[in-house]
Amino acid sequence: MEPLKTNRRGFIKATGQLLIGFNLFPLTFCGTKEGDGYAISPYQGIPERPHVDRSLIDSWIRLDAEGHVTILTGKQELGQGIRTALMQIAAEELDVNMDICHIINGDTGQTANEGYTAGSNSVEGSGKAIREAAAEAREFLVKKAASDWGTKVNEINVQNGIIYGPNDQKTSYWELVDGNFYEAKVSGKAKEKEPKDHQIVGKAIPREDIKNLVKGVAHFVHDLRLPGMVHARVLHPPSYSSQIIKTDLSSVNEMPGVLKVIQNGNFLAVIATREYQAVKAWQKLREVTDWEAKNINILPEQLFDDMIKSSEKAELIEDSPGITQQIRQSLQKLKSTYMRPYHMHGSTGPSCALAKWENNQLTVWSPTQGVYPLQVTLADLFDLETENIRCIGMPGSGCYGHNGADDVSAEAALVAKAYPKAPVRLQWMREDEHMWEPYGSAMRIELEAGIDQEGLVTAWDTQIWSDTHSTRPRGDAGHYISARHLEEPFEFKKGNFSGGAYRNATPLYNISSKRLRLYNYDGPLRTSALRGLGAYGNIFALESFMDEMANLAAVDPLEFRKNNLDDPRAIAVLDRLAKESNYHNRIQQSNTGYGLAFAKYKNSAAYFAVLAEVEINQENKSFHLQKLTGVIDAGQCINPDGLINQTEGGMIQSASWTLLEEVKYDEKGVLSKDWITYPILRSKETPEVIVHIINRPEEKPLGAGEAAQGPVAAAIANAVFDGTGTRVRDLPIKAEKIDW
Amino acid sequence: MAIKLKVNGVSLTIEADPEEPLLYILREEFGFNGAKFGCGLQQCGTCMVLADGEALATCVQPCQNFEGMEIITIEGLSEGDKSHPLQETFYSEQAAQCGYCVNGMLIAALALLRKNPKPNDEEIRLSLDKVICRCGTHSRFISAVKKAADQNSRF
Ligand code: FES
Ligand code: FES
Repeated sequence: MEPLKTNRRGFIKATGQLLIGFNLFPLTFCGTKEGDGYAISPYQGIPERPHVDRSLIDSWIRLDAEGHVTILTGKQELGQGIRTALMQIAAEELDVNMDICHIINGDTGQTANEGYTAGSNSVEGSGKAIREAAAEAREFLVKKAASDWGTKVNEINVQNGIIYGPNDQKTSYWELVDGNFYEAKVSGKAKEKEPKDHQIVGKAIPREDIKNLVKGVAHFVHDLRLPGMVHARVLHPPSYSSQIIKTDLSSVNEMPGVLKVIQNGNFLAVIATREYQAVKAWQKLREVTDWEAKNINILPEQLFDDMIKSSEKAELIEDSPGITQQIRQSLQKLKSTYMRPYHMHGSTGPSCALAKWENNQLTVWSPTQGVYPLQVTLADLFDLETENIRCIGMPGSGCYGHNGADDVSAEAALVAKAYPKAPVRLQWMREDEHMWEPYGSAMRIELEAGIDQEGLVTAWDTQIWSDTHSTRPRGDAGHYISARHLEEPFEFKKGNFSGGAYRNATPLYNISSKRLRLYNYDGPLRTSALRGLGAYGNIFALESFMDEMANLAAVDPLEFRKNNLDDPRAIAVLDRLAKESNYHNRIQQSNTGYGLAFAKYKNSAAYFAVLAEVEINQENKSFHLQKLTGVIDAGQCINPDGLINQTEGGMIQSASWTLLEEVKYDEKGVLSKDWITYPILRSKETPEVIVHIINRPEEKPLGAGEAAQGPVAAAIANAVFDGTGTRVRDLPIKAEKIDW
Repeated sequence: MAIKLKVNGVSLTIEADPEEPLLYILREEFGFNGAKFGCGLQQCGTCMVLADGEALATCVQPCQNFEGMEIITIEGLSEGDKSHPLQETFYSEQAAQCGYCVNGMLIAALALLRKNPKPNDEEIRLSLDKVICRCGTHSRFISAVKKAADQNSRF
């Protein structure tokens, strides 16, 4: 595609656009995404203007007279391929080719407020809005052509934006919008295409941005270079409660290239001309600063007992009177306790953000998962009105939850405020990310259940102990770690306990009596949302326990699950898995273990079943995860390769959590500071992964990005049990936990 | 101090602190984006370049250690409009999620294929093992390298 040269600032004079319903005040104080020296996209794009109302078509879709379609979404690209998927949806409804489509992700200066990109709901949420807006835009334009020609709408045909009438008439979207401003709303009534007519949705359209990634074209927030930009590093304390006893800013100040050393309470930062000078200054600052801290008193070996000791009274999420009695009287009964440790997001690239203060206006370029929540929380931090803050979302290193992205954005803004002359680029060091990101909470899960003579589970009792799974900033600056370190610190009010902790804890199985009790635990480490939240631990427990019960009932684990299931789509993924993996005729050798698991994510999103195969080496007392075969039903599949890619990634990531990972700490603080002290799965040990899709074009698309996390953990545990006879109930599953 | 570096066939003399790791020079002086900061500890491979045929981390080694070496970054892989076979197969296999590790994976694979154009599965895995990928894209990187090796003999 040839780049089009449009002058984005001269847009009022320029040719028309479809459906303009906005106020014309440009955000003059803000830089643009494609600011000087930063050519991410050759297409200069539509003119910027603020989002006003999500019911307007042009809040989601804009067509310009030059033949481009721009889609706006409040969701962020996290590597999950959402940009391509959303463009497919728009292109499909509009009848245009993909190569004229562009997309703008979260930017408080332009896009709708869609909260956080989380919980695998982008296609369900943003996708729906874009689909409706696109259908409406197409209808609007087709009606316009029809009335110009005096023909009927259903006699009109559109191909790649060219509109054909019944009597050889021809025009195009671009001609219709040329020189005109139209305004229209999304009524929700425009007819959307039937799934059977889909040409683009359901196709494995490749992600074009990969072409740029392999050439090293600027892509990440890390690659953004603004004119006059300076580099910053923040010196984080050695542990959560550390206070500065003494430091020596002047010794750092006189280092080459250092522009400023900032101290605000326990918040320390350096600014330098070159990045390496900032790194050196940061090292020096670390050497000359002494801290004191309170010891952490709940150490890893006490953690899971302390959960019971220190938690408050249980929240009763679900109840079934008489359940204890019922389990006691069951023909067969079982009780098990499962544990997961703290896990890290561990993004490959440490978090990075840029910020600029100018005339009391703040602009932040951020890899956050939510630009609007960032904006309101920065407003709290700086006591500014939100209209004085613009947050522009940029791709970061894969985060899968609440990592350091929001913290680094707030810190960049803090540093920029102290140095208002220039845009500031702040990147965290490896130890900042490892030690300061909020982890996925450790959890303790106790399950108890009873089975009747038919092998059906009749009662299921769950108890969960967990710290919060969401401390994402949503307006309170105390959620930024550095805000707590300032001279006038912001208070952190934890809250938000229960939500994510019992995600997927209720079995989807057909069980008449169920109870679910949740104990909110205030643990020693900082926690927040990690891919799947509590679902990872809960499904690990639940699906391990199903296996234990199948074993107790002496029924094949696949049959046992199917016997206890009603949901036909759940049964379908299991059947398909059995077929694809040749489960019924699997070769049963003494050195191989097979393990199955299944879940419907959140009990409302994608269905996923997986078979793990482990190879057992008795002699070396070791095992190796050879292969994972998965089947996913995410309803209508927008992009099969995107769905497979994301699911494969989830499977490998979960295998890594399950086999290797736990955050280590002692009384002085976090010990997992780098990739040696927090190893993750690498290529040599990566299992073969295969994903099959059950596509259901007639069903609504279901969130899929987190579907694999829990089932993979349980499948591995079940395979290890099958191969060795040892049931490992505390993650990670390491060879030394197996009774050889 | 004046440091002479040859990157992607172009020689440049720059004024730099000789202790400054090559990574920062590549990003700030040369304006490259491929090599990225991941750990600064030679543990993750995101900052690698091909230096005299070896995949080397650039985040710790001072730039002066690279003087006289033939340095190649992923920006230097395509010839005109023609992408390098590895760039082609990384794209055709859609081998990326967030993409932060792609540079390291490409460079690791390139070093392997230049020495051993027909590697087996083990050798591919081993060569990519030095690169951290948090998104779990490993299986796609492995198949992209395999595909490049199957379809080409010169890298
Ligand atoms: S950044 Fe150089 S190896 Fe990690
Ligand atoms: S694709 Fe994200 S780190 Fe590898």
